[in-house]
Amino acid sequence: MFVARSIAADHKDLIHDVSYDFHGRRMATCSSDQSVKVWDKSENGEWHCTASWKTHSGSVWRVTWAHPEFGQVLASCSFDRTAAVWEEIVGESNDKQRGLSHWIKRTTLVDSRTSVTDVKFAPKHMGLMLTTCSADGVVRIYEAPDVMNLSQWSLQHEISCKLSCSCISWNPSSSRAHPPMFAVGSDDSNVTYGGKVQIYEYNENTRKYAKAETLMTVTDAVHDIAFAPNLGRSFHVLAIATKDVRIFKLVPMRKESTSTGPTKFEVQIVAQFDNHNSQVWRVSWNITSTLLASSGDDGCVRLWKANYMDNWKCTGILKGDGSPLTGSSGQPSAMSTVLGSSVQSSQNALNGMSAGR
Amino acid sequence: MEEVDVEPTITNIPAISDGKHMGFAWGPGDILVYETRYKASGSGCSFIHEIRKDEDIYSPILRKLFNESHHIFVGLQTIREDLPSKRDVNAQLVRKNPHSVFYSDIHFITLFSGTILTLICFLLKVSILLAIELIWNLCEVLFIDAAPAGSLLLHLLDWVRLHKADVDEKAREVLQSESPAEHRDYWDVVVSYVLQGRLEEVRQMLVKQANLQPAARSMYKQMDTLLSKMPFYNPGGTQTLTEFDVKWRHWHEEVDRCLQDNSFASNRHLELICKILLGDEDTLLDHKELLGTWYHFLVTRLLFCHPTVKLTELHYYAQSCMTMFLDSRSVPEPLDNILLAAFEFDIHQVIKECSIALNNWWFVAHLTDLLDHCKLLQSHNLHFGSNLREFLLLEYASGLFTHHSLWQLAVDYFDHCPEFGRVYLELQIERVPLETERKALKVLRVCEQRQMSEQVRSICKIMAMRALRNNRLGSALSWSIRAKDAAFATLISERFLQDYCAKGTFSDLDLIDNLGPAMLLSDRLTFLGKYREFHKLYGEKRFREAAKLLLSLMTAKIAPQSFWMTLLTDALPLLEQKEVSHQSYLERRVTAWCCTLFYIIFKSHYSIHCYC
Repeated sequence: MFVARSIAADHKDLIHDVSYDFHGRRMATCSSDQSVKVWDKSENGEWHCTASWKTHSGSVWRVTWAHPEFGQVLASCSFDRTAAVWEEIVGESNDKQRGLSHWIKRTTLVDSRTSVTDVKFAPKHMGLMLTTCSADGVVRIYEAPDVMNLSQWSLQHEISCKLSCSCISWNPSSSRAHPPMFAVGSDDSNVTYGGKVQIYEYNENTRKYAKAETLMTVTDAVHDIAFAPNLGRSFHVLAIATKDVRIFKLVPMRKESTSTGPTKFEVQIVAQFDNHNSQVWRVSWNITSTLLASSGDDGCVRLWKANYMDNWKCTGILKGDGSPLTGSSGQPSAMSTVLGSSVQSSQNALNGMSAGR
Repeated sequence: MEEVDVEPTITNIPAISDGKHMGFAWGPGDILVYETRYKASGSGCSFIHEIRKDEDIYSPILRKLFNESHHIFVGLQTIREDLPSKRDVNAQLVRKNPHSVFYSDIHFITLFSGTILTLICFLLKVSILLAIELIWNLCEVLFIDAAPAGSLLLHLLDWVRLHKADVDEKAREVLQSESPAEHRDYWDVVVSYVLQGRLEEVRQMLVKQANLQPAARSMYKQMDTLLSKMPFYNPGGTQTLTEFDVKWRHWHEEVDRCLQDNSFASNRHLELICKILLGDEDTLLDHKELLGTWYHFLVTRLLFCHPTVKLTELHYYAQSCMTMFLDSRSVPEPLDNILLAAFEFDIHQVIKECSIALNNWWFVAHLTDLLDHCKLLQSHNLHFGSNLREFLLLEYASGLFTHHSLWQLAVDYFDHCPEFGRVYLELQIERVPLETERKALKVLRVCEQRQMSEQVRSICKIMAMRALRNNRLGSALSWSIRAKDAAFATLISERFLQDYCAKGTFSDLDLIDNLGPAMLLSDRLTFLGKYREFHKLYGEKRFREAAKLLLSLMTAKIAPQSFWMTLLTDALPLLEQKEVSHQSYLERRVTAWCCTLFYIIFKSHYSIHCYC
């Protein structure tokens, strides 16, 4: 792997989150400087900042894009106990020429009494729904019934998880085979009790979310959590960032027809890695769920991949080396050393090639 | 594949200090990283780095390769199961494999020099491609052709000659000189030809030398005779292998006699050739630079010691040749291991070694696919044969998907992965950026051909939303119709009607006039279409029909309440038209409408008053 490009983000303080939009042509960054910036990728691959504005009165922890079916919509959450929804307004033609766009606030969600630690949109087949979780241990699910009017959001569910929450992840699967489901992670540091990851499932009959599973084996603080894209499997895969990287498999057990409660799961641990040596702060899957990336206290980002036989191992490490940034962008690293000098003779043959044939 | 314990590659990121945390975000084909601090404060160096994998799918050389191999891949998939033999599979390919791509690209490469670094990268790519071709051709010889003893050696000889074409270059140089026999490379060329078993060329070269040394004419004649009599197996001929073997032994003995008789003792070059013809190991090893590689050594040795070698005997010779050729200092390199695994018929090992050595999945995926089609993966006891094939193809195709145009090739690969191909395609095709309408239509076509209705709906919805935000109502409407999104179509029709109320005219008349059956998608849309039709009729002074239409609009109850006043206003002039039949009926309807309208207004007005 190589550094293809470096972008000067120009935030005045730490960047806490970077989020690509659905198509990978735009990204949003948020920072402790209380602002969010939106960047657009041009045809030649260069990133240009097309908007930068103050969003909160505290550090902005996360920023996330809604599905483009709903337009150009962002949500952000902050230490200032609020989450906000932003929509891009198509500007004057002057602005377009100057490559600028405007974002306006559609709503502020003020229900939390503590820092809002994560904000995520639910899968698009559920409509335009936003979920937040806070340090006060409450998960809130909001819905915008009219997608053309983003200033109207109603609080549909308020779920108390009893422990301070740090992260949420929706199961992205839109299969009818299972109801909507999300996982919540808690960064409560008391290790005497487990259950730092809870799974909630929607119940069609009660029209409420009920707890389906608690992962009791996760006793340390959880900093991040991510469901893998489903790929037509019957089971779910969940990655957790705690004092190590853990990957769980949740296999739904067959429900009796009379059962009205949430699905029971068989929980299996698929992999556990402590290469980061200490806390793992973020985990995230790539689009096809073939690669998992994790970031930890050792200052590295590690990439994990399952081989054909479903054995997981680390396939790459990204490590800061503190070297100064050079002006030029990178080149792919030389692969010649891999194949070695026995290839030399083939290379010599290159000279004779066109003549020989 | 079980993993060899290969250490993960480490990529250094500049401008992020050792010990600082690193945040990241997955993107299409890359990953963004930035310095941050979790659960702590402090200022950060705010650079965001875009990290990409080494495999350069944007390289023009590889692009051609991808295109050609895609062509072959698709052709291979459509070959019927009932083809009798692997030979037919190969025949179908018509040897139109990566081989052809490389040579046509040589000119391409020479045009594309650029900076030294780019040039080096290119040469590296080319050398890797050449190595790949070497491996591929060997796999063809061993696994697909799988020739019996006799023919096998001939194929191997072809293989070596193909990859050692520098001899001809040198030969040309020598022959074009003033006195070829005195050229300093003359004997090198002659020996190289001998090593490759190209005895005709050897004879031609030696004639020149013979002419220069009339005194030694008889010696040269003797050598010429020996060379001309070396038997080569003819697969199409009537001679059996045994007969050939006998003949070959006789010849071998004759050469040996010449050596023992010291027939060539006075000419060290001819004596050398004689020893090579006998397959003398030490002599061969003395000419490592001319041989170049251990596998050349292997084939030459077999040619002059055991031309009737069988497939199953190869691996004995391969290992020993490699050991003899590589001196104690050098360690076998990945390419050597791959070739050795091939000679040992360990297909699984070949695939594994290739996956490790080569970053791009291209080669491994195609090779595995080919072997699977020849039913070789099963026969070699890889019980997960076809699934391994699919695993590799999915990896390869997913890599292509992030490219702005190669994604179209990837689609075909997914189509031929029966287990996960479709779901991978569904997942990834949604992410293809829809920069232009044209591209969106391309993507849609792919989805529609495969009945991916949810993806079709989603893409159309995205385009409709985008158009609506940019106030392009006509475009938004046509996309909603394509998405079969009734709710959205209703919304946009409302906008059209609002626009009409505000401006008095319709925009996008072409679209509305030609809605056809799509009009039925939503009530509001139907109303819009019919209302416009009413306007047209009125404009054409076809008042009777206009009135009839207006009447039906009023009675059908699809008119939005907000529009009733407008309809009534439209009705009034019609009442004055003499041609309008059912005038009294129209009058009655209009009157009834007015009453209803006033009642509603009155009611709402009255309600407000009540609550004040």
